[in-house]
Amino acid sequence: MSDRIKKIFEDNSKKLVTFVTGGDPDYTTSKEILDQIIEKEADIIEIGMPFSDPMADGPTIQLASKRAIDNGTNLETIFKICNHIREKNFSIPIVLMGYYNVILHYGIKNFVDKIDSIGIDGLIIVDLQPEEDQELYDSLRSKNIDLIRLITPNTTSKRLSTITNQASGFLYYVTITGITGQKSADIQELKKIIPNIREYSKLPIIAGFGIKDKKDVTEICKTTDGVVIGSSIVKIIENNLNNKRKMMSEISSFIEELKKGTK
Amino acid sequence: MVQNKNSYTQWPNEKGYFGDFGGRYVSETLMPLIEEVEKEYNSLRNDSKFQKEFDYYLKNYVGRPSPLFFAKRITENLGGAKIYFKRDELNHTGAHKINNCMGQILLARRMGKKRIIAETGAGQHGVATATVCALFGLPCIIYMGEKDIERQSPNVFRMKLLGAEIKSVSNGSKSLKDAMNEALRDWVTNVQNTFYIIGTAAGPHPYPSMVRDFQSVIGKEVRSQIIAQENKLPDLLIACIGGGSNALGLFYDFLDDKEVKMLAVEAAGLGLSSGKHAASLSGGKPGVLHGNKTYLLQNQDGQIEEAHSISAGLDYPGIGPEHSFLFEQKRVKYVSATDEEALDAFKYCCKTEGIIPALEPAHALAALIKIAPKMSKNEIIVMNMCGRGDKDIFTVADALKIKI
Repeated sequence: MSDRIKKIFEDNSKKLVTFVTGGDPDYTTSKEILDQIIEKEADIIEIGMPFSDPMADGPTIQLASKRAIDNGTNLETIFKICNHIREKNFSIPIVLMGYYNVILHYGIKNFVDKIDSIGIDGLIIVDLQPEEDQELYDSLRSKNIDLIRLITPNTTSKRLSTITNQASGFLYYVTITGITGQKSADIQELKKIIPNIREYSKLPIIAGFGIKDKKDVTEICKTTDGVVIGSSIVKIIENNLNNKRKMMSEISSFIEELKKGTK
Repeated sequence: MVQNKNSYTQWPNEKGYFGDFGGRYVSETLMPLIEEVEKEYNSLRNDSKFQKEFDYYLKNYVGRPSPLFFAKRITENLGGAKIYFKRDELNHTGAHKINNCMGQILLARRMGKKRIIAETGAGQHGVATATVCALFGLPCIIYMGEKDIERQSPNVFRMKLLGAEIKSVSNGSKSLKDAMNEALRDWVTNVQNTFYIIGTAAGPHPYPSMVRDFQSVIGKEVRSQIIAQENKLPDLLIACIGGGSNALGLFYDFLDDKEVKMLAVEAAGLGLSSGKHAASLSGGKPGVLHGNKTYLLQNQDGQIEEAHSISAGLDYPGIGPEHSFLFEQKRVKYVSATDEEALDAFKYCCKTEGIIPALEPAHALAALIKIAPKMSKNEIIVMNMCGRGDKDIFTVADALKIKI
């Protein structure tokens, strides 16, 4: 397991994980947004690698990916953004999230060498399940980088053992059957399923999808080890494209608020 | 059935691969659903009751077998090989698409699914899906790119008449690829009651082989028809490819007949060097999209590029994984035809044989026109006339700058 991810879960406090698309709305602003998020003490930073066909994402993150790609964001841009964070902050775990084609096209070995040299801690690939991820998994494992796996409300018990078998870092529980930024988290279902997942794995469990505000955060953290907030932050970016100062201050106070929700 | 290790028909393997291509690349939410489709399909494919039901509807509702027609005037005009058209445009709904829809809806019914979704490009798959849904009384939602809704308005109206709900897709290139993204988003959101009828031999395993199996009726019929008419196998099979289901349907039964050559025709749009085309094999690289590993049009960053073709049904930046395999194995030769060549072939076919072809098989015909004169008179070509052109008359009029 990545040392940074291991370390952050050493205490029992609930973790706030934030997602933004790298390079959204542009390279410079994206770095400033991440600086802001880190200053407000998010625990883990997830950065989206934009893809032209984000099949698991709702309109908000689709638009963010498009803004980033239209502004010339590619993996090199994402690496520069991560370098920027790592230069300022050695301890915060960075997790990259995206779709497989972008990595496959870059070359698995090249990609893993590169993220290792930058100091990236984990990877979430939405369209790559254990049945297909062996090559990437082995490559990441040799560098102590976590391949973080997703579990959904309809994951069968047979699949649950396949998924948890080689999982590392933490488990990502998707609270709904659906895409990002649409339905609200199904908390009743989550309360039933999380204890079941814990029977299969001792890894921390972070819940994502459909978690929108402080109230959701508090409620879900009663059961999980933390939450991921994505679309709600990206929506602030979308709503303030012409007013960078307002964008930054809204993100800043939103993260502050969410952080309180984890306490 | 014991299969020959060297047989092309041994694929896919149990992980859904045709050589290096295929597989199952989807979000976790879809995995349990797709495993269920695979399990049910595996049990049905050898079930004689299911096969009987499928055959019944193909015969009595779709109108199969479709004729194998000797295109005498084109043969004489081109002065080379003898040319036959497999008339799949005469199927109910006007294309080969309904073969697959019939198979999948029977499967969906067996699985107790109550809601059907599909993507469509030219609208032929949408119409065929809407048709089988009406036949069995199931609600039908069709995702269609905004650009395709505009250029295939007759099919949009047909789908509405058949009771389908059309969802316009306005993101990305506003065509088939984006419609497929939206259909997949619908499926992860409605996991309990919904069956996704994919229209081509692509997508996560088992779709590529399942669609191929349902379409393989085309080649099976051709085999017995050509034996009856010519007492020999064809020398060359020709079909157009977008995702590649009509081509596989024609080719599959002949893959192990070494003497039968095969030619598949991609859409070259404004020309391969223009960058505005839909020729994934000629102009693309292997990658992962829509659940499978296959050749894709993509840029230097691995972003999927927009395809272009005058034919909405070929306007897709990928291709079914079995074609990627047959391409690398060199079992099938892959060429391309431009918008302009397809339009010329379209006009030629109308006037020479009295058949208005869809713009998709017009691409196959464009390649046929080039190759037939170079072949000898005792050689036989079978081309899949996989769709009729009624839906395309506005596009063609527009391209030829004719006011209807």
